[in-house]
Amino acid sequence: MPKVALFVPCYVDQFYPRVGLATLRVLRKLGLDVEFPAAQTCCGQPMANSGCAADARPLAERFLAIFGGYDHVVAPSGSCVSMVRNHYGQWLEGKAGFDHLRTSTFELCEYLVDVAKVARVDGEFRRKVGLHMSCHGLRELRLARSSETMVAPFDKVRRLLAQLRGIELVELSRPDECCGFGGTFAVNEAAISSLMGRDRIADHERAGAEVIAGFDVSCLMHLEGLLRRAGKPLQVMHVAEILEPARLS
Amino acid sequence: MSGHAASAARFAADEERAHWHDQALWAVRAKRDAQAAAIPEWEELRETAAAIKAHTLSRLADYLEEFERNARANGVEVHWARDGEEHNAIVHRILADRGVTRLVKSKSMLTEECHLNPYLIERGIEVVDTDLGERIVQLAGLPPSHIVMPAIHMKREEIGALFHDKIGTEEGASDPAYLAEAARGHLRAKFMAAQAGLTGVNFAVAESGGVVVCTNEGNADMGTSLPPIHIACMGVEKLVPRSRDLGVFLRLLARSATGQPVTSYTTHFHGPIRGGELHFVIVDNGRSAILGQETFRRSLSCIRCGACMNTCPVFRRSGGYSYGYTVPGPIGSLLAPQRDPRAYGSLPFASSLCGSCSDVCPVKIDLHHELYMFRQELVARRVVPWRKRFAMKVTGLVLGRSWSYRLAGKLMRAVVPRLPRFLVYGPWNPWGRARELPPMPRKSFRDLLREEPS
Amino acid sequence: MSSRDAILAALRKAAPPPSPLPEPPAGIVYPDPVAQFAAMVAAVGGACIRVPDLGALNVELTKLPAYARARRTVSLVAGAGSSNLDLAALGDPHELEGLDVAVVPGELGVAENAAVWVPGSSLGPHRAVFVIAEHLVLVVRADRIVHTMHQAYERIRFERPGFGVFLCGPSKTADIEQALVIGAHGPRSCTVFVLG
Repeated sequence: MPKVALFVPCYVDQFYPRVGLATLRVLRKLGLDVEFPAAQTCCGQPMANSGCAADARPLAERFLAIFGGYDHVVAPSGSCVSMVRNHYGQWLEGKAGFDHLRTSTFELCEYLVDVAKVARVDGEFRRKVGLHMSCHGLRELRLARSSETMVAPFDKVRRLLAQLRGIELVELSRPDECCGFGGTFAVNEAAISSLMGRDRIADHERAGAEVIAGFDVSCLMHLEGLLRRAGKPLQVMHVAEILEPARLS
Repeated sequence: MSGHAASAARFAADEERAHWHDQALWAVRAKRDAQAAAIPEWEELRETAAAIKAHTLSRLADYLEEFERNARANGVEVHWARDGEEHNAIVHRILADRGVTRLVKSKSMLTEECHLNPYLIERGIEVVDTDLGERIVQLAGLPPSHIVMPAIHMKREEIGALFHDKIGTEEGASDPAYLAEAARGHLRAKFMAAQAGLTGVNFAVAESGGVVVCTNEGNADMGTSLPPIHIACMGVEKLVPRSRDLGVFLRLLARSATGQPVTSYTTHFHGPIRGGELHFVIVDNGRSAILGQETFRRSLSCIRCGACMNTCPVFRRSGGYSYGYTVPGPIGSLLAPQRDPRAYGSLPFASSLCGSCSDVCPVKIDLHHELYMFRQELVARRVVPWRKRFAMKVTGLVLGRSWSYRLAGKLMRAVVPRLPRFLVYGPWNPWGRARELPPMPRKSFRDLLREEPS
Repeated sequence: MSSRDAILAALRKAAPPPSPLPEPPAGIVYPDPVAQFAAMVAAVGGACIRVPDLGALNVELTKLPAYARARRTVSLVAGAGSSNLDLAALGDPHELEGLDVAVVPGELGVAENAAVWVPGSSLGPHRAVFVIAEHLVLVVRADRIVHTMHQAYERIRFERPGFGVFLCGPSKTADIEQALVIGAHGPRSCTVFVLG
């Protein structure tokens, strides 16, 4: 049985612990041997995203030291996984274990579909759900076909959620427009970031969503911040929370 | 707040207008999607286009020599300009030597980049931009706000008022058909009076020594079929090796740009008009320096379709002028700071790095990745303010050790909920201006994990 | 050093490692390229009329309101329409101002996008006819309609020195609030006759 490390991004650990737990439970229900390496902190994305490569690099090296020994690394975040897969090379290329780490670090949905080969999701979720396809998972990990690319449609997230009894996945007018979080962009360009977020929320509202579901808590944190400020009833949920009660096989 | 963030915030403060601008460009993106979807080999075309460009850039000097040789054999005069100043001087000399005082122009982002218009106007030459959008912004005394749709930021009522003022249309008239018809009459007179026509170049073909110019209005055709002198200005990167390469790029260009299957006019110039002259002005103006940068050279593959602008959620809500550069949007945010990192240092940060630009780009420039990488250049050159660099250094140090990370998280979760709201949501908290902070749970995931049965 | 040599030297110095030059991909093949072409002409704001021969073409041509009321016409297609303007006698293309209709032969039609290839040699002594005319009529043979631009470029031979243009529908603009207006600077209509 593969030894799986759970990677819980820093802001999930601190602000959204229930998402970490849901992820852990989903993985354990598959019978996997899951560990949470306690030394883990952050993948380094805030620094890298700001251009501060020298400050991000030690975190990348640390990540390799902590996670390099596992068969698989799974995280409830597309963005942090993309950081490892697509941006660590700049610092870790050629280092022992990096090739393995890069190819064995997965976002939860892609892990369930591609590695754990989950074919059946047996459970229910009787809500109207709008899917928020966070950009890095979408366009850097290819969790689904982006609306720009002209390839055969696929969507690993929808494939899992659509099987839940009672779930109604609503159709957005812009299926994968950015919510405006963008890491440090959210504070560097707060005005545009907030406007993008409000526009995303309006799209979900028009489509009749009761829940905005996503695979990246960072975007959901941004959207939730806007929703709470506006006093709106729309809820945000991580995919892991929705899948947690279901039986996966 | 300065740079793009400040000008973008000003544009977005008028939310109704920002949404109107967003919708107008999103509609173009939607038309692009429909056109691209109709071509089963779309992704293969993008791959091919990217590879042709990469190949051409690897042998650019050879192809330029071949192009020059063939163009000369076709009777074209070929000029070379190291920078914008030399380009302007060459164009002026051609015109002045022939006594030209009335010039009609079709769209050329290169001449915008070189600031040709003011250069010529100062020297007594009437310069009329003939693309309707360009004429609108020219009459308004503004640069284009978008490389394909220069007046996309203006409402019809504003254009109506401008035309009333400048070309005598009826007061209060804002019907686009009426205004376009008025512009047609106004510009027809300019075409009839012009002594020379200047165009940009969409593609230059090494093996044939010709250039291709694409328009919908036919303004480039009008401006080069009536007067005897045609000057075509091009950056060195416009080359493709073979005429059959044009098929690849023309299939991508208009579909990506405006969601049309091809432009109304795709005109191939392989020599002067009968009894006239054709001049090609080949310009470097910083391009060879970009070519030398391994990480960023792919930005030279750009065919100026503007698709990255139409798809960019930031551009749509911040407007072209917020970038302060001739070429705005994602591609401009790469090109501008390569030219002047201090003046345009905020542009690589004017992106949420959503990657839509990279996926829409017909020549597969990895725009968002290059923007990400360019941020490192700006930090290395200390263009990014020290406070930001310092903040990131501290953040990196805190996050880089398990104990300090846990302590910081614990403190934050314990302290923030106890603080009075005005302290948390003061002006020092840009996150909190429009958003609530995330919940501050008592226990972190790692705390809860201890209670989780394994 | 001349600017030319300086630029070439700088580009050589900065050149990336060699990479191969690919061939254009095989393009889409339409089951009925003529029907596809006709549909695309309509989609780009033109009108496409299929006629079996020149006789039928002339019948249809005279039915076109723009042609019926035209005072000044030029035809560059033998046997199609008529000219009342002697192009060879015009000393200057500016004298074409006020031309109502030009009938111009197309060498190729492209099914994927309605483009019609018109080489400069088909445009007579003043190439401006195709853009200065108020209304444009193109004539292209049905067996000269190809599927894609790739096929078009396989067939096109550039005249040297010379001129050539793909024409796709009438002149148009959307520069005012993206509202489509037909007839920006050039022809206000474009009728394409597919012959045969």
